[in-house]
Amino acid sequence: MYIYDEYDQQIVDQRVAQYRDQTQRFLAGELTEEQFRPLRLQNGLYIQRHAPMLRVAIPYGHVSSRQVRKLAEIARKYDKDYAHFTTRQNIQYNWPALENVPDILAELATVQMHAIQTSGNCIRNTTTDQFAGVAHDEIVDPRPWCEIIRQWSTFHPEFAHLPRKFKIAVNGSVEDRAAVLVHDIGINVVKNAAGEVGFEIYVGGGLGRTPIVGSLIKPWLEPEHLLSYLDAVLRVYNRYGRRDNKYKARIKILVKAMTPEAFGAKVDQEWAFTKNGPMTLTQDEIARNQQYFTAPAYEVFTGDDAEFLRQKLESKGFSRWLERNVFAHKQAGYAAVTLSLKPNGVAPGDASSSQLDAVADLADQYSFGELRVSHQQNLILADVKQSDLLALWEAAKAIGFATPNIGLLTDVICCPGGDFCSLANAKSIPIALAIQDRFDNLDYLHDLGEIDMNMSGCMNACGHHHIGNIGILGVDKNGSEWYQVSLGGRQGKGASLAKVLGPSFAQDEMPDVIEKIINVFVANRNGEESFIDLFDRIGAEPFKAKVYEGKPNRREKADA
Amino acid sequence: MLDQNPQVIIDREVVANRWVRVVANEEGVVSVPSEGAVLLSYQYWLSKQEELTLRAAAGHAVAVCFAPDDEPESLPVAANHFVMIACDFPAFTDGRGFSIGRLLRERHGFTGELRAVGDVFKDTINYLSRSGFTAFDVRSDKDIVDAAKGLDDFTESYQSSVAQPLPLFRRRAVIA
Repeated sequence: MYIYDEYDQQIVDQRVAQYRDQTQRFLAGELTEEQFRPLRLQNGLYIQRHAPMLRVAIPYGHVSSRQVRKLAEIARKYDKDYAHFTTRQNIQYNWPALENVPDILAELATVQMHAIQTSGNCIRNTTTDQFAGVAHDEIVDPRPWCEIIRQWSTFHPEFAHLPRKFKIAVNGSVEDRAAVLVHDIGINVVKNAAGEVGFEIYVGGGLGRTPIVGSLIKPWLEPEHLLSYLDAVLRVYNRYGRRDNKYKARIKILVKAMTPEAFGAKVDQEWAFTKNGPMTLTQDEIARNQQYFTAPAYEVFTGDDAEFLRQKLESKGFSRWLERNVFAHKQAGYAAVTLSLKPNGVAPGDASSSQLDAVADLADQYSFGELRVSHQQNLILADVKQSDLLALWEAAKAIGFATPNIGLLTDVICCPGGDFCSLANAKSIPIALAIQDRFDNLDYLHDLGEIDMNMSGCMNACGHHHIGNIGILGVDKNGSEWYQVSLGGRQGKGASLAKVLGPSFAQDEMPDVIEKIINVFVANRNGEESFIDLFDRIGAEPFKAKVYEGKPNRREKADA
Repeated sequence: MLDQNPQVIIDREVVANRWVRVVANEEGVVSVPSEGAVLLSYQYWLSKQEELTLRAAAGHAVAVCFAPDDEPESLPVAANHFVMIACDFPAFTDGRGFSIGRLLRERHGFTGELRAVGDVFKDTINYLSRSGFTAFDVRSDKDIVDAAKGLDDFTESYQSSVAQPLPLFRRRAVIA
């Protein structure tokens, strides 16, 4: 992974000093709440229902065991002994004291971490495929490009006060595991017929109140022009994005209003001035970043490990975990393992300090000391020898991270919701837990196959509910919490947005509603057909009929 | 209406402010004093270009202030026609002025004093300086001497900027 040099370290250290000064001036009354708010947000500090919430950046989801131990130490020392992994591959603390944040940042800086631009109307953490560098279907490793983008976006002088937050995702594989189509800028790293690397640039995708799939505005961008082109996109957005209404301020609204063609033309016009300028990437700089993302010292195997193949047949529990939580690796004899942070009874994405410490040990023992965070809020050990899988499975079980549910109904993507977040209309965690509890039977769960269930506590869609096969959105109706269900969303290359099924439901109805949806699926399913394929085949009507059966015909209008 | 903070930061020094900012009164009328250095809105200047050019020629300096939605591309004269250009930040969270500053410097070749006015304080002037601003009319309710220290919040940065056209990666390469 990327290692800071003296420059990177200096920038992060100066940020700690700057933020300490800002906090002191706020506490001394020299900065008003109104002035301090955007400043602290650019440093990931929210003031939430119960306490401040601090979001720490994990650039493109890569973290070392040493860093994880520091995260555990901070949870123990400054928080309630746990932390929460987010859908942007970051980590959040829910209970730090505002006056301790500068000290937390100083501790983070000692392990090359920070909270820079993890919130606020600026360029946020760039995200990518959690299997980058090891995926069997990878075309180009996206991580050097993510790091180049990280540096470009860090304290960019022109784009610190954009109309709204700005999210970039990069994918380098055949299957898109980075959800590039629902980002402000989505980048596919691709190869042309001649084998040269280039980028496809999508803009204006996003979830939130107005979900929309991004538009391709540059089908081929040569690598050296990446940053000057991004500058041009951001400059057009910074100057012309709406600032009068925060719900219409994302770049997607501008792209839609201008049309993607006109937006792309405006970007080209701007880019013509800066293309080939100083921001043109040099081969040295590309190579400098690539050197941090080379393959680790793999042992050479000719094929699958024989002992592993035998173990696989012996234990049903182990083989089920392999089927769900282990991902094919491009290196023979290795595998990528997902540790599930979605066991029954725990808020999705939460990890205690002792679990974090234990996971850091597993990374050291089995995966070259590195971990990744997925946008599905799980942890990945990317480089595990097949011959170590059984031992790793046993060790992961011991810390509660071996639930074999990756991609299944109970692998819920879920925001912190109304329990913690002051933006939320409704709680999300209790719903996720109730559904996990209802579908506790692993055999049944596995028979159901892959179902993405995504849940958000409000329109801001941190839980990505629009791209869940089953999406759940918390809504506020006259001060009480209701839940709107939508079906048919999907992420990846064929990304599509789910459609609202109908009027919303009370919290206690939700497990039954989900069960009815699953029953319709089971009753109509052909063989091993997946939920989303079945939905595409039979449509929403059979689901509606079952879910609203016997319900009075409420005239309530469904929120979009 | 006239508006003038006694001091401003210019080229890192706290100095006396020679410019009086003239803005429309409640009836929308702009009354430009006949003498002295005045800072006028760019739109007003566009509407009275000829007489204001004469005023300047007579030794009474005229500067223009860009609002966030003004476009440097619409300048009917070279930017260097002015000795001073200001950008207004009605709220520091409106970042359009950062782009305007860079455009004036990098595309329109402006070499005079580029001044940030409005919601300007310690925590904004590092980015402003990197975007080409050399003068800062700090909010009157803030300590201007402390604000000037914000210029050095960061002494290194990754990107190409007005203050440092070479991005870090081009300087790193030279060092390595």
